[in-house]
Amino acid sequence: MELKTGILIAGSSPHLRSDATARRIMLDVLIALVPATAAAVYFFGVRAALVIAVTTAASVLAEFVSNKIMKKPITIGDLSAAVTGLLLAFNLPPGIPLWVAAIGGVFAIVVAKQLFGGLGMNFINPALAARAFLMASWPVFMTTWTTPMVDAVSSATPLAIIKSAEAAGATPPSIAQLFLGNVAGCLGETSALAILVGAAYLVVRRVITLETPLAFIGTVAAMTWVLGGKGLFSGDVPYHLFAGGLMLGAFFMATDYPTSPITWKGKIIFGVGCGLLTSVIRLYGGYPEGVCYSILLMNLAVPIIDKFTVPKSFGGA
Amino acid sequence: MGKAMKAFRGGIAAPHNKHTENCATEAMGVPARIIIPMVQHIGAPCAPLVQKGDRVTVGQKIGDNDAFISSPIHASASGTVADVRPILYAGGVEVVSVEIETDGAQETCPDIRPPATDRESLIKAIRESGIVGLGGAGFPTAVKLSPPADKKIDILVLNGAECEPYITSDYREMMENPGGIIEGARIIMELAKIPRALIGIEANKPEAIRLLTDTVKDDPAIDVVTLRTRYPQGGEKQLIYATTGRRVPAGGLPSDIGVLVQNTTTASFIAGFVKTGMPLIKKKVTVDGSAMATPKNVEVLIGTPLKDVFEFCGGFREEPVKIIMGGPMMGVAQFSLDNTVIKQTNALLALGAREVALKPEIVCIKCGRCVSACPMGLLPLYLNACMERGLFERMADDYHVSDCIECGCCSYVCPSARRLVQSIRYGKAELRKLAAKKK
Repeated sequence: MELKTGILIAGSSPHLRSDATARRIMLDVLIALVPATAAAVYFFGVRAALVIAVTTAASVLAEFVSNKIMKKPITIGDLSAAVTGLLLAFNLPPGIPLWVAAIGGVFAIVVAKQLFGGLGMNFINPALAARAFLMASWPVFMTTWTTPMVDAVSSATPLAIIKSAEAAGATPPSIAQLFLGNVAGCLGETSALAILVGAAYLVVRRVITLETPLAFIGTVAAMTWVLGGKGLFSGDVPYHLFAGGLMLGAFFMATDYPTSPITWKGKIIFGVGCGLLTSVIRLYGGYPEGVCYSILLMNLAVPIIDKFTVPKSFGGA
Repeated sequence: MGKAMKAFRGGIAAPHNKHTENCATEAMGVPARIIIPMVQHIGAPCAPLVQKGDRVTVGQKIGDNDAFISSPIHASASGTVADVRPILYAGGVEVVSVEIETDGAQETCPDIRPPATDRESLIKAIRESGIVGLGGAGFPTAVKLSPPADKKIDILVLNGAECEPYITSDYREMMENPGGIIEGARIIMELAKIPRALIGIEANKPEAIRLLTDTVKDDPAIDVVTLRTRYPQGGEKQLIYATTGRRVPAGGLPSDIGVLVQNTTTASFIAGFVKTGMPLIKKKVTVDGSAMATPKNVEVLIGTPLKDVFEFCGGFREEPVKIIMGGPMMGVAQFSLDNTVIKQTNALLALGAREVALKPEIVCIKCGRCVSACPMGLLPLYLNACMERGLFERMADDYHVSDCIECGCCSYVCPSARRLVQSIRYGKAELRKLAAKKK
């Protein structure tokens, strides 16, 4: 019998591989953001859809042009640029001028991601870096909020209402409103429910693990309970959990792979750090919301967290 | 029947692909030519004891070395030595090999007789039988049976996990020769003065668990332990942890924590050897893979060229692009069908293009899946990063590279198709070079 073989590959084991790909992971993140996208469009209308379209298109285009200029393989197919663009939209108010949104998308990809080597090499979360950049450059656009379901009526975010005198007299929305999303805020900050549905999908698909989000949210809950009220142990915990960008930040931003620690211990330290900073900014800082800056600051600490949380090997002393 | 004590952390749910579990072992005939390499074990290589033109008989010793860690090699067929020459094997090294033109008579060597059963002569006889760890590592069994006096062994663990995809040769041994396995276990217990034995079998082999549990039901010293089906459950350290709850210290040996591990098939060989005195000359081998026409379990003479085995199983139904000796997770890819079955061969896999398609390697996205999958608690992504930057000493000092068991879980799960195990192997080799330079 003639035994015909192809050219035999004498490669290193293992010879089987799972079908996981980076693209599939990014696709899962996009799928997980569908409920939040739907909620944003439901509450803020076409305007929200426009912002999402602009940031996503700007991010993908910026990735494509960066690849071209740097003469590197085109990487828009891995979908990471689309994820960044979508997440950026969720960090913007619905009324933001579209050209500002577009600049945000370009900044996220070019400055925060491609200049540092592209996918996997960025040390801060690109979408959050862009949000911080826009906040510093166009603070008015970035803090002009609209009431959901009603066009062009300006309003304050729930966190601003409970924090500042500027909005004194305004009644903060109910917890139910906060949970469902019928409140002013960024596109992805409004509906905690929609974020949680997407997060559950990511956990089931094993794209994210729960260490960071639970440590993050738990720390904010503890801090705001102890220090957030008029006296000690009297803070309004549900309010702090469901208002603002905590759910979005904890499940979708703080779990970003390259900018978060690699071990479970590191993830917990990272989550607790994010929670502490968020609470301090919310309770004592100049801004009503601190999720974005807390994650960015903790991103910078990731290399050192990873360095000091190398696990013992099995049987190791 | 016992439940596993502990579940090791990490690992993967690899596809089982145990297509051949119900294929009773078929004995293959004597091939026209047999080629027997003089290294089929961990330890000192054997020197050939025969020359071109010599007549050899079945079971005749044709290679040996006096070193403590070594194992003699025997002719698996009767015939004439056609050549003694170095042959290049898949490990990338040339090994002196004895080529026998067989005569088909299978005349047994007149020296073959059952060994004396007092402790000292039996351990010596077991060394002479050429038996090595048949789970794949190939460590000479006799060495393990004579641990240093300061190491008190109190548990024998028999490895029936067979966690690699495809392979069912140990399973068939458990199904076809359960009495032999238990008898072998008792002989080992007696020789190494071990009071207790545990047989670890993965839960996906319920028939074997039932059969062996039934075989030992009147023996309080031996228990069958059902293990979680998860690769690499059969890794020595993972198996010991699951069956006994003990951890082998990093850099240490099972004997440090009072455990001796033997493969189930090694045990049953010893039982057979005590009866007949016939050395290790044949192996049960699972022949499977997406390119195989009819997957089978075959009893093969050691030294049989791979192409004869594949022909016996009906040849290929598609052109294989990888031929693996061993399992798909840790087996060694062969570059030629002229290479031969050796002592540790428990499977031969012919894998088609689709099955082994390599995704293009892209950058690490730091998803951490390799970290969750590593059963040794290592950080494969950082080992890989250190290797790429040439920081070999950091691989050892900061990231414990020597604890890597090369099980392949990290590479298996990597969505970026990084060559993680490969880079770890490379790093280990570079570190060995550095260590040699320092001396």
